[in-house]
Amino acid sequence: MVKIDVELDCKGMYCPMPIVKLKKATKTMESGQHLKLIATDPGSVRDVPAWAGKTGAEIIETSESAGEFVFIIKVSK
Amino acid sequence: MKHAYVVHSGTLDKLYPVFMLASTGGAMDAEVHLFFTFWGLDAVKKGGLDKAKLPGIMSVGTGMMKGKIKKVGVPSLPELLKMCRDTENVKIYACSTTMAMMDVKEEELIDEVDAIVGAATFLDIAMDANVQMFI
Repeated sequence: MVKIDVELDCKGMYCPMPIVKLKKATKTMESGQHLKLIATDPGSVRDVPAWAGKTGAEIIETSESAGEFVFIIKVSK
Repeated sequence: MKHAYVVHSGTLDKLYPVFMLASTGGAMDAEVHLFFTFWGLDAVKKGGLDKAKLPGIMSVGTGMMKGKIKKVGVPSLPELLKMCRDTENVKIYACSTTMAMMDVKEEELIDEVDAIVGAATFLDIAMDANVQMFI
């Protein structure tokens, strides 16, 4: 298990909120830190990896249970 | 990455995609340039985003649509504009010719407008942009 530095709850939010919040949260984080994002927007399944691909962040773990999508993201700057 | 959008429409249904894409593009570290022209210029007039309605006959349903938008938790257009600006990656331009045609003065525009420009400025940006759109 990695140490989670920031947890971001985006349950109930729709595009573009999870991505906008994700960017805002990672702005104040350091390279190598981990963020846990919880989202319920089905669009986030593809949106979060697309965001990571463009910003250089790394998704190190994903899971889904009961309509909640969880992403563990390693911040890179 | 660079995005260049011509914002030609001033109706709610078109402004939502503009600001959703711009805020997301900004969050994805893309430089997003929005060029507001024709009816799009209304959106960057003070209070303009609040006044945006659905197009044509559908305008009567604007209140209902806004209610639904709020219920689902989607931000309002002014909130989306703020999110765009918070990314520090979204630039806003007003078309100088439209301003003259529609008799719009600089002081009537929102403070978020970065510059009043013409087609050449937009094309200079758009020519080497990765994404270009006309909305």
